[in-house]
Amino acid sequence: MEAATATAPGRKFEKVVQILDAHQRDRTRLVPILQAVQEEYRYLPEEVMTLVATSLGIPPARVYGVATFYSHFALEPKGKYVIRICDGTACHVKGSQDLVDALQGGLGLGGARKTTPDMMFTLETVSCLGACGLAPAMVVNEDVHGQVSPAVAIEILDGIRRSEGM
Amino acid sequence: MMEDLETVGSAYLEASRRHARRIVVCAGTGCMANGAMKVLAALRDEAGAHGLDLETELRFEETRERDGLLTRSGCQGFCQMGPLVSVEPDGILYCKVRPADVPEIVRETLLGGKAVDRLLYRDPATGDACRGREQIPFYALQDRTVLKACGTLDPEDVREYVAHGGYQSAAKAFRQMTPEAVCKEILESGLRGRGGGGFPTGRKWELARIQAEPRKYIVCNGDEGDPGAFMDRSVMEGNPHAVLEGMMIAARAVGAQEGYVYVRAEYPLAVARVRRAVADAEALGLLGDDLFGTGLPFRVHVMEGAGAFVCGEETALLASIEGQRGMPMPKPPFPAQSGLFGKPTIINNVETLATVPLILARGAAAFKAVGTAGSPGTKTFALTGHVANTGLIEVPFGTTLRHIVHEVGGGVTAKDGSADPAGFKAVQIGGPSGGCLTKAHLDLPMDFDNLTRIGAMVGSGGLVVMNQDTCMVQVAKFFMQFTQNESCGKCVPCREGTRQMLALLEDIVEGRATEETLPLLETLARNVKLGALCGLGKTAPNPVLSTLEHFRDEYEAHVTRKVCPSRVCKALMTPAIEASLCKGCTLCARKCPVGAIAGERKAPHAIDPGKCIRCGACVDACKFNAITGA
Ligand SMILES: Cc1cc2nc3c(=O)[nH]c(=O)nc-3n(C[C@H](O)[C@H](O)[C@H](O)COP(=O)(O)O)c2cc1C
Ligand code: SF4
Ligand code: SF4
Ligand code: FES
Ligand code: FES
Repeated sequence: MEAATATAPGRKFEKVVQILDAHQRDRTRLVPILQAVQEEYRYLPEEVMTLVATSLGIPPARVYGVATFYSHFALEPKGKYVIRICDGTACHVKGSQDLVDALQGGLGLGGARKTTPDMMFTLETVSCLGACGLAPAMVVNEDVHGQVSPAVAIEILDGIRRSEGM
Repeated sequence: MMEDLETVGSAYLEASRRHARRIVVCAGTGCMANGAMKVLAALRDEAGAHGLDLETELRFEETRERDGLLTRSGCQGFCQMGPLVSVEPDGILYCKVRPADVPEIVRETLLGGKAVDRLLYRDPATGDACRGREQIPFYALQDRTVLKACGTLDPEDVREYVAHGGYQSAAKAFRQMTPEAVCKEILESGLRGRGGGGFPTGRKWELARIQAEPRKYIVCNGDEGDPGAFMDRSVMEGNPHAVLEGMMIAARAVGAQEGYVYVRAEYPLAVARVRRAVADAEALGLLGDDLFGTGLPFRVHVMEGAGAFVCGEETALLASIEGQRGMPMPKPPFPAQSGLFGKPTIINNVETLATVPLILARGAAAFKAVGTAGSPGTKTFALTGHVANTGLIEVPFGTTLRHIVHEVGGGVTAKDGSADPAGFKAVQIGGPSGGCLTKAHLDLPMDFDNLTRIGAMVGSGGLVVMNQDTCMVQVAKFFMQFTQNESCGKCVPCREGTRQMLALLEDIVEGRATEETLPLLETLARNVKLGALCGLGKTAPNPVLSTLEHFRDEYEAHVTRKVCPSRVCKALMTPAIEASLCKGCTLCARKCPVGAIAGERKAPHAIDPGKCIRCGACVDACKFNAITGA
């Protein structure tokens, strides 16, 4: 375990090592460790998962298995703005599909494509944000928007684009 | 060393008496999404500009009289009307407050002592303005017990919780009661788990208590993965100390030293509030190495989920805490016998734990006096869908659906949100594990046993009201899509069975179903129910079986007549001619094999839906794209 850390190439893994240390390299803390890593990189790079596995003394397959099991872990980079539309029961009944359609159109996404080529936006659906009283709901990074209509969704998108000078 | 609860409490009350007013801004997820924090900031600035002396954080050491305390609360349940601002002792509740409304509130209410009429809730039935909660039917018709402190207390101030009697029940459990007595009190109260199954909490605790193993755990299940449910979120955000106190009492009852709160990652505010509550309780010496001077330790960790619905299932949740894929394990052994790291573990739902301190404070008999004989107490529900007042509600078990939908909920609404008194079609209860209630069930007293009897279940307590525009097959398909996505894949009946069921439902809504589809769907549903390993698979067929039972004619219309009676399924839509596009070329009428199209030359044609067999020939024939549907 020591060796793996020592040979880790410099700065890139510095943060990962810090995260591992903060969790006492406790293998039962694998999920929070991966959460912290993802917070840092916005996804789970393969080489980081390998480093985590060696540091915790578990097979890389186990780390990979956990990373693919939970929907919050991303094995590919996401856009700067992650837009999540709730498709829980309440939101579904109140028309969340129209929001998906509107934003897919607005972002030129569809099918398997979830992230725009410029890496600015990722569009996902989630199965309930717990803001059902405000259905349909959508979240941009951490900001919750309630009672969103397709027009409002596009407005929010345009607002972000303006703030990014796009 | 723990500070004396009485000292903390009376110091808080003393300090709060210095304030002429108390202004509470709701800081639950819903109101924050609608800009509650901007309203709070505007109130602070505007009051300051008028020379009002508001305190935003109650300070013990101060003695100066102040004009008011500006504070926040957790979700008050009426999110749709948010942001909410209440002013006490004036008894005023303002709805949909915008920062622009703040100058008027400061001028009229804080300086003038009058209510701002236009910001009050209006009873839609009478049109009268309601000054405070007592006059608002949504609140007046409920029995808010577990949720009472949610929406009045500052969830980030442990001292306020203590001042209102908080942690007294835990102190009693540790100082005056034996573990056996705690278990007995909870058993006698008849409390049943609010996480869905309704298992008697006292029985579960007793089973863990009698295990010889010295290390034991308490886990609070705050996963709340059911789409359409948010009561656990609101309790964790609005009254996190009640949850911790419940865990402490459970720890006393079974002899546990460590606990986990497992919160789903979609709830960042709940995570933050629970973390803060743990830190504050530790700082006061309430949690730690010596609980209430007994020398007994209890520590609590907070763990964030990572987005897997199946992790709400107790054995999967434990695997997740242990750092593994969250897959369920066969039971027995039950977690109470062998759970986290192989040790006896109590897993309880958030609401269950938040109810426990109330039982110890008031006694089992008082708890049993509310609700029904088999299901004592109250239940929180997330009321959503086509209903006027969506939000978080709490009513005694045994309340009828009619009361909830038509009284508390203010009645059914149409697509555009307007009132639709005759629009009631069904209520889906219990999410992907639950079933549908229909007009026939409007007067059924709702409790664990009555709901199970009719093939539904309390589940987590999501209540989705559906109006006549809802297609029940689509509803069933929606839930099947959900469980199919969320199946962990460990066992074949669930992994493959839900996939096939979903495919059959797709056949139905796409118009491909044959006379074999429905019997096949039913057989498959029964087998998945029997063969699946965990509750996810075992209950996944419920929405299908329940809609098949209560809305069979709707399924049959899809299958045999290829019609969607609610006009939702696009593939089955009756074709219609858009008059503005129709040139009256008569081509479609000539192509129609059954003569369903009529019209004058050069004038818009029309389709007789009674004759049409939805062959689609007219749609293909029309050169002007004037025919939609089919
Ligand atoms: C697939 C599945 C998901 C579940 N999700 C939750 C949940 O989100 N919250 C919860 O409290 N219980 C959930 N449960 C029930 C738990 O397994 C467990 O019965 C419950 O937490 C026990 O607490 P209680 O006795 O206080 O109700 C779920 C069960 C299954 C099968
Ligand atoms: S029933 Fe479904 S969720 Fe449960 S163990 Fe089997 S595959 Fe996993
Ligand atoms: S769908 Fe068929 S039956 Fe209906 S109008 Fe067109 S051609 Fe006639
Ligand atoms: S269903 Fe969308 S927030 Fe709950
Ligand atoms: S968040 Fe304010 S009422 Fe629900």
